Amino acid sequence: MLVTEPGRQDPANMSKFCILPKAKLPEWVNELVAHHRVFGPRVSGRGYAFGPVVRFDDMDLNYRQSRLSPKKFLLPQRELLYEYETSGMRLSPSSDPSSTIVFGVHTCDQHAIRLLDRVFLQGIADQHYRVRRDATILIGLECLRPCSSESFCRSMGTTSPATDVVDLHLVDLGTEYSIEIHSSRGAKLMAAFRGAFAASHNDLERRDAVLKAKWKQFPYSLDCDVTDLSPLLAECAESPYWDELGAACLGCGACTQVCPTCSCFDIEDDVTLSLSTGKRLRIWDSCQLNQFAKVAENHDFRPARAARQRHRFMRKGKYQYDQHDMVGCVGCGRCGTACLAGITPIRTFNELSRRQKQLSPERQDLE
Amino acid sequence: MKNLSEEVVFGPSIYLPILARIVSVVSITASDKLFTLALPNDLSMRHRPGQFVQLNVFGVGEAPFSLASSPSRSHGTFELAIRRVGDLTGVIHGLGPGSVVGIRGPFGRGFPLERFRGKDLLLVAGGCGLAPLRSLINQVLDERGNFGQVQILYGARSPSELLFKRELLEWENRPDVDLHLTVDSPDLGWKACVGIVTNLFPEVKVDPRNTVAAIIGPPVMYPSVVRQCRTKGLADGNIWLSFERRMRCGVGKCGHCQMDHLCTCQDGPAFMLSEIKQMREAFV
Repeated sequence: MLVTEPGRQDPANMSKFCILPKAKLPEWVNELVAHHRVFGPRVSGRGYAFGPVVRFDDMDLNYRQSRLSPKKFLLPQRELLYEYETSGMRLSPSSDPSSTIVFGVHTCDQHAIRLLDRVFLQGIADQHYRVRRDATILIGLECLRPCSSESFCRSMGTTSPATDVVDLHLVDLGTEYSIEIHSSRGAKLMAAFRGAFAASHNDLERRDAVLKAKWKQFPYSLDCDVTDLSPLLAECAESPYWDELGAACLGCGACTQVCPTCSCFDIEDDVTLSLSTGKRLRIWDSCQLNQFAKVAENHDFRPARAARQRHRFMRKGKYQYDQHDMVGCVGCGRCGTACLAGITPIRTFNELSRRQKQLSPERQDLE
Repeated sequence: MKNLSEEVVFGPSIYLPILARIVSVVSITASDKLFTLALPNDLSMRHRPGQFVQLNVFGVGEAPFSLASSPSRSHGTFELAIRRVGDLTGVIHGLGPGSVVGIRGPFGRGFPLERFRGKDLLLVAGGCGLAPLRSLINQVLDERGNFGQVQILYGARSPSELLFKRELLEWENRPDVDLHLTVDSPDLGWKACVGIVTNLFPEVKVDPRNTVAAIIGPPVMYPSVVRQCRTKGLADGNIWLSFERRMRCGVGKCGHCQMDHLCTCQDGPAFMLSEIKQMREAFV
């Protein structure tokens, strides 16, 4: 889980790399657009959002952070599961397998998709996610500077690409991009475009230099090691800090809406006015909202905001780490930007760590 | 004959229900009805006592309900006891024989019968909890020789709210079943115990080395019943509880039913006390 800086490339790996001159990028993107549905980072208001790309100019690859992560293409905010006739005699399952490319996915969002893959595909596989995931080609983009004052990706080990998730990964070398190929789908895409050429040893050295130079821009801001989060949270389960967070929290659910790893959903019906047909939809839900754990006769299993905040951070820092071997927070900082009460994961983790060290000074001595 | 769960899990969508037809509806109290449903010809429920299904009324919604029938008595049909408490259950109560609903499931881990066989059973239900417990009780009675002593403790708010009165009478008359009843608010004819279900514990004798307890009821009942079971000497590994949570998907994805890190819909809803006693969100 610790961040390792990429070392020198083995010449045997060189066939995995292409070089694409920036002058050729519009041509490549326009070619992709001709054959696929392409989404990429676009200017949206005072920020950025992933949206449809019809031609290269629609995209801004120097984007900072998109308000929502590309999760929305794999787990849409409102997703049709099936349509029915209310007589119940006919059901039509829905799936959307149209070939999609998401261009310019930052590394933290790549890691978030890796976790979503585990949540939705391990155990009983979710076919709706499977279909979208299989039809979606991910083209990653290396971050060369932090994208937000709230981000702490380096502490979470997500500043380098999730090579098992992306098909291609781009690094900006100034006048060209290096493109690393991570899947046969990615190799096929590159083979189909004549404007890219195989990387030379010199190209890879320049790439390594760019990657090496970027690290000093990314501070390590977590006061403990990321692998210590799970035991730290276990020790802090009864911390009064949760009550403090609960008192500050407005219960709005903004944190979970912008989170690239949050995947909780509700299932709802949308019936036509004639009442004869309807849709069963999956919509994003939030553990921070007050209906989330309520059952019949209004029994609420998590009524306090303090308990909901605890659940949120436990799930991110402990439960998902224990279950999926990945911390549920990728350090993008979107929730910290979105929170009107100023609750951020990095401050939460660090505050818990600080209080825990105060409680047990011998722990500090060991470090 | 295929299992319903295979059809749901390996079909085009885990959220797509199978159409089931209501065969009969019987009122069992003023607010509870027992629905018998038939699956399509080539499907069988093959559930475990303690498992649940998601029932869909198209155009209204979907909610989880425990199976009330035992596997031993579910041949192409199965039963759900449903209390009218909200919008969806209100609509379900308006349905009659011939109505078509959607069913997904059976989901979760039920009670492990193989661990219960050869043991004395202490079966404790409160309120609606008797519906899923009835699935276990009837299974046990249909293979009675595989179990030792069977004691059933059941508490309801009032005599009129006791579920399955005809079956309660049958169980009471069986020499190989020990039934104890209590109600919070007795009527004039009530001759049994008064008060909460824990009041019945002084009446029962258990051999703690060879007894397994299965407990299903409202959340408020659990801490005191667990305390009583421990007082009787039962080990935490022999105390099983079924937990209600807001199960929306049934397949461990939607996050609603989490109890600490556990998904109640898949890891439970039946849990051994030793598995969940450390969980902060178990007894809330």
